[in-house]
Amino acid sequence: MERAAFERLRWRCTRRGMLEVDMVLGRFLKAVFWKCSESEQQAFIALADYDDMALWRLISGRDECEDARLTPVVAMLRECKP
Amino acid sequence: MSVPMNVSILKFDAVVVGAGGAGLRSAIQLSEAGLKTAVLSKVFPTRSHTVAAQGGVAASLGNSEEDHWRWHMYDTVKGSDWLGDQDSIEYMCRKAVEVVVDLEHYGMPFDRVDNGKIYQRNFGGHMSNFGEKPVRRACAAADRTGHAMLHAMYQRNVKANTQFFVEWMALDLIRDPEGVVVGVSAMEMETGQIAIFHARAVIFATGGAGRIFASSTNAFINTGDGLGMAARAGIPLEDMEFWQFHPTGVAGAGVLITEGVRGEGGILRNADNEHFMERYAPNAKDLASRDVVSRAMTTEIKEGRGCGPNRDYVLLDITHLDPETIMKRLPGIREISIQFAGVDPIKAPIPVVPTAHYQMGGIPTSYDGRVVALGADGENVVVPGFYAAGECACASVHGANRLGTNSLLDLLVFGKSAGDSAVEDLKVGKAHRELPKDAADRARSRIEAIDQRQGGVSVHEARQAIACAMQDHAGVFRFADLLQKGVTRILEVEKMTQNLEIKDKSLVWNTARVEALETENLIEVAKATMISAEARKESRGAHMRDDAPNTPEFPNGRNDKAWLKHSLWHREGNRVAYKPVRLQPLTVETVALKTRSY
Repeated sequence: MERAAFERLRWRCTRRGMLEVDMVLGRFLKAVFWKCSESEQQAFIALADYDDMALWRLISGRDECEDARLTPVVAMLRECKP
Repeated sequence: MSVPMNVSILKFDAVVVGAGGAGLRSAIQLSEAGLKTAVLSKVFPTRSHTVAAQGGVAASLGNSEEDHWRWHMYDTVKGSDWLGDQDSIEYMCRKAVEVVVDLEHYGMPFDRVDNGKIYQRNFGGHMSNFGEKPVRRACAAADRTGHAMLHAMYQRNVKANTQFFVEWMALDLIRDPEGVVVGVSAMEMETGQIAIFHARAVIFATGGAGRIFASSTNAFINTGDGLGMAARAGIPLEDMEFWQFHPTGVAGAGVLITEGVRGEGGILRNADNEHFMERYAPNAKDLASRDVVSRAMTTEIKEGRGCGPNRDYVLLDITHLDPETIMKRLPGIREISIQFAGVDPIKAPIPVVPTAHYQMGGIPTSYDGRVVALGADGENVVVPGFYAAGECACASVHGANRLGTNSLLDLLVFGKSAGDSAVEDLKVGKAHRELPKDAADRARSRIEAIDQRQGGVSVHEARQAIACAMQDHAGVFRFADLLQKGVTRILEVEKMTQNLEIKDKSLVWNTARVEALETENLIEVAKATMISAEARKESRGAHMRDDAPNTPEFPNGRNDKAWLKHSLWHREGNRVAYKPVRLQPLTVETVALKTRSY
């Protein structure tokens, strides 16, 4: 991924409406993103497009992800702890 | 490569900065009146911080039981500890029904009762019959009121042809030699291009600045950009010493742990494992009011009984509760604790600290959303062409403390009134005033300085310094000696922010540059807060000082004789001036001063 594309993704992950989402996505980008496969990276980018409320419900386990392609990355986000 | 020097000029009737609830609401008024309207936002509108507001919006609809705007007004004046302007409060409480009905027309999916009317629920501090008993006044859309509100208003704006400039950061307010606001400079993040939005009306709706504190519930986006721009343009900031704190945010993260945890038997403990609330509130213990609990926690930490390597937090212990009770009655708390504190609360206590939540002060406005400065005789003087609404503004309806569900109401009512005032003002004449020749100079020189500096301070280091200074010296419970030292410290930190260096000099998507510019806004809010807090030698609402305790002469430490007045911090010389509280409502009798107790 090119620098500009990554910086745009970083901005869109760490300037959210909800602090909870800022923190989890920011942490994932820093610690996990570059270790992911390309398909996992694409799944993460798709998840980052979700609304804050929907994304937080997925991360906190209140909802389950209905898109099978994204489920593994949702699990990784849930495991991404400080 | 540095930012290009050519500056494009985009001409609009009105420019709104910020696309949260207040910005979207004002833009509806402007666009639907046929004005060519631009909305600038650092993020996509539905990702503004309004999305985090879950509780609801207050309006005396009286759908579930008898209610009246005068009762709502009384509660709001009392909540403000009599620092709120009663003309603004009357205006807001009377307009509440209208703005909720507007939202219905925009398609807001409010919860409803069987007869189809909007469902209303109780919320702390909202009472019937002038404080007699709780009343159901909060209108909500499940636990996603802010989210639903943003979506409904964004769609309405799209329909009204509002032009959105997403991922643009406003840089500085532009005033002409006569002080009239004629536009705003801004930078497109994708290209690094600077543009001037030349307008006849500029409306700021940039939200709060909770990120000045180390522990805050605010999203990272809340860096006080509007307040920084206003301060640099010579506009004072009002009542910035008043910040609402929540007692239990996860230490180091800020994410809220609901009061329900203590309601279910959670216990606060210090480093000696002592259940310290037994000393501070022998009867209510951990269920004492927010103020009492926050003060006790701060005292424990200040006196060296905090936990952890830096002794800077206390512990919220629920390990004695049945795990099934935790899972059943406190859904989500275990996940929050694991995610943000790294501890499973079934096995270990959660580190918590009092956490900044809401900024009561801001850019001074009257209830019509017009920005006002201080005249030579202490009167309000309108700043022509400039309007503000929402958390960045101070109308002032929240005074020294805000009631729950009044924040969403504030942004709807004053977003609408700011938009309406601009529409009214723009009926006079059609021409744009001339842009000053140096319109882009301030923004350009700020960016050039950041880009070209070598051997300076990193943005991360400067932000840490601001956050730690604010948390250490101007937290929820304030001490005279710490405030005095805090003023010296924040002015030292300011020097760091005047010496920021970024390693990335790229033109496109340079987030380091944006973060540096945000930091220059944060420091203005931090100075305003620290200096105004040090100056106010009383306790009132959310501003609690150790040296202004509860006495018979000054109940709750409040001193109306000396301090029933608004602070106005001026950037130039860090001067604090004062103006009287407007105790006279628009049409009814004043809510007379008395001791605030619940």
